Parts: sequence; C-alpha cells; structure tokens
Amino acid sequence: MMKSLMSGNEAAARGAFEAGVKVCSAYPGTPSTEVFENLPQYGDDLYCEWAPNEKVAAEVAYGASIAGARSLCAMKHVGVNVAADPLFTAAYNGAGAGFVIITADDPSMHSSQNEQDNRLYSKFAKIPMIEPSNSQECKDFMIEAFKISEMFEVPVFFRMTTRVCHSKSLVEEGKRTEAKVVEYRRNVPKFVSTPANARLHHVDLEKKLSQIEEYSNQSSLNSEEMNGSELGIVTSSISYEYAKEVFEDKASYLKISICNPLPMAKIKDFAGKVKRLIVIEELEPFMEDQMKAAGIKCEGKNMTGKLFELNPELIRERILGQKAEFIVSNVKPVGRPPALCPGCPHRGFFYTLSRKSDYVICGDIGCYTLGCAPPLGAMDSCVCMGGGFSVAHGMSKAFQMNRESGRKVFGVMGDSTFFHSGMTGAVEILYNKGAVIPCVLDNRITGMTGHQDNPGSGYDLMGREALMIDIEKVLVAFGYENVITVDPQDLKAMQKAVDDALGSDVPAAIICKRPCLLIKRMKHDISCCAVDSNKCRGCRSCLKIGCPAIAVRFKKAFIDPTLCTGCTVCAQVCPFDAISKEAR
Amino acid sequence: MNDVKSIILVGVGGQGAILVSRILTHGLVQAGYDVKMSEVHGMAQRGGSVSVQVRFGSKVHSPIIGRGGADIMVAFEKMEAVRYCEYLRPDGIAVINDYEILPMTVASGSAEYPEGTLDEMKKNFTTVIVDAASMARDLGNPRCMNIVLFGAMVNALGLSEIDWVAVMREILPSRILEVNLKAFDLGLKA
Repeated sequence: MMKSLMSGNEAAARGAFEAGVKVCSAYPGTPSTEVFENLPQYGDDLYCEWAPNEKVAAEVAYGASIAGARSLCAMKHVGVNVAADPLFTAAYNGAGAGFVIITADDPSMHSSQNEQDNRLYSKFAKIPMIEPSNSQECKDFMIEAFKISEMFEVPVFFRMTTRVCHSKSLVEEGKRTEAKVVEYRRNVPKFVSTPANARLHHVDLEKKLSQIEEYSNQSSLNSEEMNGSELGIVTSSISYEYAKEVFEDKASYLKISICNPLPMAKIKDFAGKVKRLIVIEELEPFMEDQMKAAGIKCEGKNMTGKLFELNPELIRERILGQKAEFIVSNVKPVGRPPALCPGCPHRGFFYTLSRKSDYVICGDIGCYTLGCAPPLGAMDSCVCMGGGFSVAHGMSKAFQMNRESGRKVFGVMGDSTFFHSGMTGAVEILYNKGAVIPCVLDNRITGMTGHQDNPGSGYDLMGREALMIDIEKVLVAFGYENVITVDPQDLKAMQKAVDDALGSDVPAAIICKRPCLLIKRMKHDISCCAVDSNKCRGCRSCLKIGCPAIAVRFKKAFIDPTLCTGCTVCAQVCPFDAISKEAR
Repeated sequence: MNDVKSIILVGVGGQGAILVSRILTHGLVQAGYDVKMSEVHGMAQRGGSVSVQVRFGSKVHSPIIGRGGADIMVAFEKMEAVRYCEYLRPDGIAVINDYEILPMTVASGSAEYPEGTLDEMKKNFTTVIVDAASMARDLGNPRCMNIVLFGAMVNALGLSEIDWVAVMREILPSRILEVNLKAFDLGLKA
C-alpha cells in the first residue's frame, strides 16, 4: 500500500477512526487543533464536535464511554488543567467503552503560556499514558490506546508534543474496526462516584495499575534495540528520533511508548546490559526520577536540562560535547513580532482604551492578547482562558481595599473564550458587586487557533448550521442592565460606549461586534485607504493604531495597498483629514 | 544515515513557503525517499517570521535540525536569510530572494531594516541570489515568486530527475498552474 505524508495530528485522527471511535469532543488549542479538523472527513462513521471548553469535552467523551461508545477528546496541555476534575474521577470509576484523551504539550512554548509536562498528570491522575514519536506511531498507537482502555477499563492519555503533532512523516493506512455494540445497563457502583464507591474504586485502580505495569513490561510498545553494551539510552516521544539521529547504531536503545506505568522490570533488565545509561527526555525528569527511585543508576537531566525543546544539535552538544559548526551573521535582523492584522476589529477597541493611561485592562487568551503590544500597549494582565473578567474583579476589589477606587477596570475576552469559561466571571462581577466593565470582543469565530466554530458562530464542527447563542441576551439574563453592543471600527461610537459604560448607574457590559476579516464563508467589504500627501503633515498619529499596513516614507504616512483592507480606523484618527477610503 | 539532506525554507507568513514545502515533499515521496517535514503553526502566522524544515533520504529520524544542520536554505525574504543562517552548514548553499518585507517596527520608524544582508550572506556562504519578485511581476502574478525560488532550489539541490511539472499539475489549482510552470522554469535557469 502507498504510504502518504501525514502530520501527527492527521495520523492520530486516522488512528481513532481505524480504532472504531464513535463519539469525539474537543476544544481547539495549538498544537492539538488539527486532530479534530481531520475528523469530519470520517463523519459517516463517527460523531465529532467542538465543545465550549476542555472540561465539557472530557465529560462528553466520558459519558459516551459510559454509554458504550468508543470516545475521544483532545486538548492542548493547559486544557488538561481545565478538564482535570472529570478526568481524575474517570480514572477511579474506570472506562466503559474505550476512552482516550489526547494531550498536546508545547515544549518551548511556540504558542502557549507555559511548558508544563503533562506526563506528570498521568502519575497524578493515575491514568495510563502512551507517547508516539512519529506519525505512523500516532496512528498505530491510537489503536493500541483504545485496546488498553478496554482491556483494563481505564481512560488512557495519548501524549503528543508540538513536534509530533506538526511534523509530517509517512503513514500506511489501515481499515476501520467496529466495536461490538453492548447494550447499556445502569451500573451504580461503577459510575456513581459516592465516597463509599470511590473507596472501592481506589483499591481497584491500584490493582489495575499493577496489572498495566506488567502489560507495559511485556508490550512491544516498549522496545529494546541492542547495539553493544557501551552506551544505553532510555528515551521516548520525539526525543527517541533525536537520539537515533545522533547516536545511530553506536548505542543501544530502550524506547518507551507506555510511559505510565513505566515498564520498570524491562528498564532494570536493559540497565543491566549496558555500562553507561542515559535518559533522554524533554522537560521534566519524569522517567529519570522514577528510575533513580527504583535504584537504577543513570544520567540525564544533568546534561540535557529541563528547559525548552531538545533537537539533535543540542543532544550532540550536551551529551557528546560536540559543538555544531555554524556561522552567526554580523548583520542583525530586526524582529517580526506578531501584530493584529490590518482590518482587525480588535484594533478600534484597544486604540480607544489606549488613550487613557490609567485604565486597567485584564486581557485573556486569544488574538486580542496582541492588544498588549506597542504602540497599543493596552493590557495589564493575561492569565488563562476565561480569566479576564475574574482577574479584573480581583484587581478592582484590591483597588477598593487600597483606597484607589478611582481606577477604571476592564475585563476583556473574545466570544469563544466567553463561552469557554468567561460566563462564570461575568456572574461573579454581578454577584459580588464588582466595579468592572466586562467587554466581549465578538469577532464571530475562534481566531487564534485558526478559525474554529463556537457556540456563538452559528455553525458546528461538521460545518452544519447550529443554534447561534446570543451573547447580549446571555449578559442581559445574568443581570447586566446596560449591555452596549458597538461596532469597534467606529471610533466615535466605541468611545461613546466606553464613556456610557463607565458612567452607568446600573451594571454595564460592552460587546464589540464585528467579524474577523479572515472568516471565509462571509463576504467582507474590502477596500483600501490612501494618504493625500498634500494634507499629511507627518504627525504620526496614524502609527498609534499599530496597523501593519501603515508606514512612514519621506516623513509622510504611506498605506500599503496590498495590505490595507479599508477599515478606516487610521482615517478616523488623522487630525488633518489626510486619509480617505478609495474604491479598489 | 549520511545520505539525508536537510532543507530549511524561511520567509514571512503569507509568502507561500508552506505551499512550496507541499510540492517538494510530494515529489520526494513519489521518488521513493523517506521524508519528514516540520512546521510550527499558531503565533507564527500573521506577518511573523516562518520556517519550514524538510529532510529526505533513505531513512530519516529527526523531523527537525539544529544549528549548522541544513544543506540548503531558501530565504523568501532577505532579512530572514540572516535570521536563520545559523541553521545552514558553513559549506551549505543559500538561495535568497532579493526582496524586502518591512516589519511593522521598521515601517513605523522605530527600528531600521538592516543594510548589507546580501553581502553578509555572500561573504559567508555559497549563495544564489534571485530577483524572484521582478520575475514574478513580469509573468503577471507577483504571488508566484515562491515557485521561482522553488525552481532555483531544485537546480541548486540537483533534484531535477524528479518530474516537478507533473507534481505541480497534481497539487496546484488549474487557474494558476500555467503561470507557476513558467515561474518554475525561470527559477530553474536563475
């Protein structure tokens, strides 16, 4: 059979399909997003959806597992923090039909706020974990993950990393295997987690983990490759590929693909066959610490370090002491920091707030985090999904207690984040009489992860029409009596909305509503602005909006017609009326 | 494993480096090579700096390289060439588009675009400088700049035994096929 090039994410989706998965739920997050973008193609055989957040996704998938359908959920590493509550209990109760949770970790933080090593979750939550190192393994091991889940009635973590998710390598496809349908029967002792049941579950779970360790010792997923006795390497995930690249056949390998429970007997056996033992793993000393606790003499983190991604060059340098030869340029490049796109609807909002330096603005995770960058510089904090409103509430309470109550505090998040976990913060502000203006930047899509639908966008993952949940009505129903919906691109209206909200006697909220210009299914009114150089006095006011389409050339403003979308925010800030919209 | 070749494609988001890597890997797979490719999604989009790595040979392990690991670099923008030149082996080849895209900091006057990027690259490496922008403009489609550079890379790598025209016919939409085939031809001769 012809092999085809697939990313790890495509291959994991393929693997789940071949494993007979039936119910799939996820919330998008880099680097995991494309797993679910690759599921609708199998839509005749399985159901897949975007859930409002990772906790919901995990609960949906677990529910399906209880009901007897093989189920999958996927999330980025920090998504597991959100989903942790149901997952810990699912481990105690155990799975019904196969239940697999993909965690996509992001060493080096290519698009994340931390580089937590979610292998630690597998120990903590007592959930077995499988780690593939390339796309073929992403597909094959997914099938194995479902097998283990059903064999031991446990949820199974499937841990990928950015390089496993987004690297492409050759994959040979197989056929789908359907599970035998077993009629659902209520099982209270198993699935109702009362303390009395949970005590029994914990005893059971420890037994299962010992059995799975025995399985892990026997499994071909943890495989030995002997090339002499001088040097032995214990490694897993993408680090295995790096180690093979560097040491080729000059070392023996124990490749670990079931990293929880570790196959400790197999590792001890391997350790006994080699003179020097090195553990090569990214981030935490997950395997090394356990090996040392089991009395195995080994090295690892003393050389490889805990920070950031590894690569073959770093392994060569840190373990073999061989420095790579390369030339550093004497001509230094300037950075290309990401910026809000030309025509981004968030620009008008952040420009308006940037006019007052004493405003306190609590941001959130999404494209709008870029509102923190100069020249807009309109952000004080960004913590986690849905934190914008509640962090703002906490800051406003602190200002009150510190007698700085004149501070104006704004909580800011996007539409998808509002549905993810922002609604509870909006309730908190009302319930506990916060002095915060919650602002939802509703661009009609989940933007930063590459345009996934959400409960406000009117479509689902399969591309079918869905109920469009109205954020304004939600806020009104909570008790915001003054909900101001505004087009952020109209700067006068935007300013009026902010003044109105700040002066409001009743609880106020702002919804900035304008679609992202990159949404493909919508028609956008794209045109172009131009500068009349006779009128332009080179005052640089237009540079304060931070638009990539505007530059200064020969002391006059210049608008790049290939980038400009004609949003006119620059024209509205020009004090000399020198910018106008042209027909394109 | 010594027959593995490593290519790094660098540029600015939106220049078409990903499309080139798709054509390249498709052709290499059809020619029977083991192929791995790595790209990073997410914040790298939206006008940021982009790098894609492609590795091929009889057996490829790592999808990524470190510094000094690439046999050839294709820079779709010249400042990106100096940004990523550490990844090129000292005896490697740099195919560079003589083309500038100003970062926002430069456009707004708070930073300066560096002078002498091409001279610095010529001093340090074997270089092939291509004015792909003019060539693409003369063909009537500025966007096919990426395929001009692809042609120059195929020439520099000595990969002309693969039928790239057939590969492009498979991958590119028909409305832009002809102009891109011409662009490829110009690149081959550049």
